[in-house]
Amino acid sequence: MKKILLVGNPNVGKSAIFSRLTGVRVVISNFPGSTVEYTKGRSKIFGDVVEVIDIPGTYSSNPNCCAEEVAVKMLDQGDIIVNVVDATNLERNLYLTLELLTRGLPVIVALNIWDETKHRGISIDVKKLEELLGVPVVSTCGLTGEGIREVALKMKNLKPVKRSDISDEERWVEIGNIIKEVQRLHHRHHTFLELLEGWSIRPISGFIIGAFVMVVSFFLVRFIGESIINHLLDPLFNNYWLPVVSSLSSIISKFGFLHYIIIGKLINGGIDFGLSFGLLTTGLYVPIVMVAPYILSFYFVLGLMEDFGYLPRFAVLVDNVMHKLGLHGYAAVGMILGLGCNVAGALSVRLLESRREKFIASTLLSIAVPCMAQIAVIVGLLGARSNKAVMIVFSTLLLLWFIIGYILNKVLKGESIPLMLEIPPYRRPHFGAVVKKLWMRISGFFLTAIPYVLLGVFLVNVSYFFGVIDFFARIFSPVLKNIWGLPSEAISALLVGFIRKDVAVGMLGPMGLTLKQLTVGCVILAIYFPCFATFMVLFRELGFKDMLKAAAIMIFVAITVGGTLNLIL
Amino acid sequence: MIADITHLETKESGVVVEIRGGVGLIERLQSMGIRVDKKITKISSHFWGGPQTIEIDNFKVAIGHGMAKKIMVDIDR
Repeated sequence: MKKILLVGNPNVGKSAIFSRLTGVRVVISNFPGSTVEYTKGRSKIFGDVVEVIDIPGTYSSNPNCCAEEVAVKMLDQGDIIVNVVDATNLERNLYLTLELLTRGLPVIVALNIWDETKHRGISIDVKKLEELLGVPVVSTCGLTGEGIREVALKMKNLKPVKRSDISDEERWVEIGNIIKEVQRLHHRHHTFLELLEGWSIRPISGFIIGAFVMVVSFFLVRFIGESIINHLLDPLFNNYWLPVVSSLSSIISKFGFLHYIIIGKLINGGIDFGLSFGLLTTGLYVPIVMVAPYILSFYFVLGLMEDFGYLPRFAVLVDNVMHKLGLHGYAAVGMILGLGCNVAGALSVRLLESRREKFIASTLLSIAVPCMAQIAVIVGLLGARSNKAVMIVFSTLLLLWFIIGYILNKVLKGESIPLMLEIPPYRRPHFGAVVKKLWMRISGFFLTAIPYVLLGVFLVNVSYFFGVIDFFARIFSPVLKNIWGLPSEAISALLVGFIRKDVAVGMLGPMGLTLKQLTVGCVILAIYFPCFATFMVLFRELGFKDMLKAAAIMIFVAITVGGTLNLIL
Repeated sequence: MIADITHLETKESGVVVEIRGGVGLIERLQSMGIRVDKKITKISSHFWGGPQTIEIDNFKVAIGHGMAKKIMVDIDR
């Protein structure tokens, strides 16, 4: 099977074209580095099934970070290269194009983001460019699909090209000549979006806009999430699902074990979706009613920010602060992605250049960045009792994020690496693309979360039933009781936390904890260890030794911070 | 006047005359389109040694202060 590689600079729309060619859904955003791993998909081009591979963006064939390394390694495996080029930045993009033309492979150039050239006052002579490069050039728009068919058509009779390798200087001279022949720039007036671009990156106006964006996002996420829970899903569950599981409960009430697994404990003679902890009660209520609305609202707001192009500007604003933690501004984007799902945050660790940065970012992410599923349950469970306690949990985590980052930056050898980040133009989010991405993330959540939530609930119930939890509880009770002031059965939550953090927090509900114990428990569950899925990604990025060190820090911090909170609250 | 790009005022431009760095840095900046003879316009500069945002051709790049100090431009003053 032929392999077709999509190669190009970061943020030129490779993933959008990939998605168009293969129908495979991938996350597309308006910032460099949204793809850190290659994605494979299949496509039928003239009856032949081919494999299309979307790879991370790179500026040249000399990699600067692991994501670029992935890209450059993949180059050797392709049969056809589709070089995706940003038509609004032809000159810089051609550097990679000319490099690619020396590799002896068939190449086709997709002149993407073509729709933007008009309002940017750029006109490009595609025919002439084709002539000068000696390979087919097609103008495309990945988001709308314009020109994609033609790219596929032209792939049919593609011949390999092999230009002789030239020095950097010669290459730039050649690019200069090409640009002179094919590109014309027209004068134009700045648009409102461009003015906004300027304001949001300058120090004072930038901070005002940044603060505004963050506050609005926070309230929007909370408002949408809460509205869906209170006005839609919670009533639906209570009015329609509760009667169903109640009658099921009375039918199977004779079978103690089965009832315990499926319905869980009866609270005051009835089912309580938050506390009963059976598969069909709490096991469905937690992911669908408590968590999914917040996942939806978070990813909706994040998707808008991503597609608008705000995140890289945020990275510039916080760069100074991030350097105090040994990281550069772009690491903040990973942290924001981590707030949605820690796995996404862990994957973006790959964009960081040094081992030191990877270590600091991974440790901070694991300890102090709870994922949206976990946040949702903390807000639902703890927030029902005290808003102040919710504040204590999140301010403790934020404080830890700063303190641990600061200490690691002081203790670890080496220096933080300076920021170097391309800032894309603001783009009006494409409604269809936003909805598609949101749908992808939500369905991804349901497909991966619900099975694991159910697995978690099942394992908890089985181990409780057979006394396994009691066994662990006895072993760990000194730490739990004496240091954290928690009942020893809280160990079950810590064990389940490896599978799903939201279930783990939810398990604290039926334990009859005091407000203080619940607060301490929520903090510890955030800190002590990442969930299994995140752990695997981090393990791959950090390696055994660094992962072990990071884990030691997590456990140490969980013990000391949990203990301190137990003393001072 | 020759100076590094941290000395550019916002919206002021200069033409790159030299990149005072190792081969790695020069290559990296070059592949991003920052190279000798290119016109650079300052977009913003953050205080306390924060990143500098510059515009070249049609794109913007934010670079750390230390790196910015290595890019020398001829400012038309």
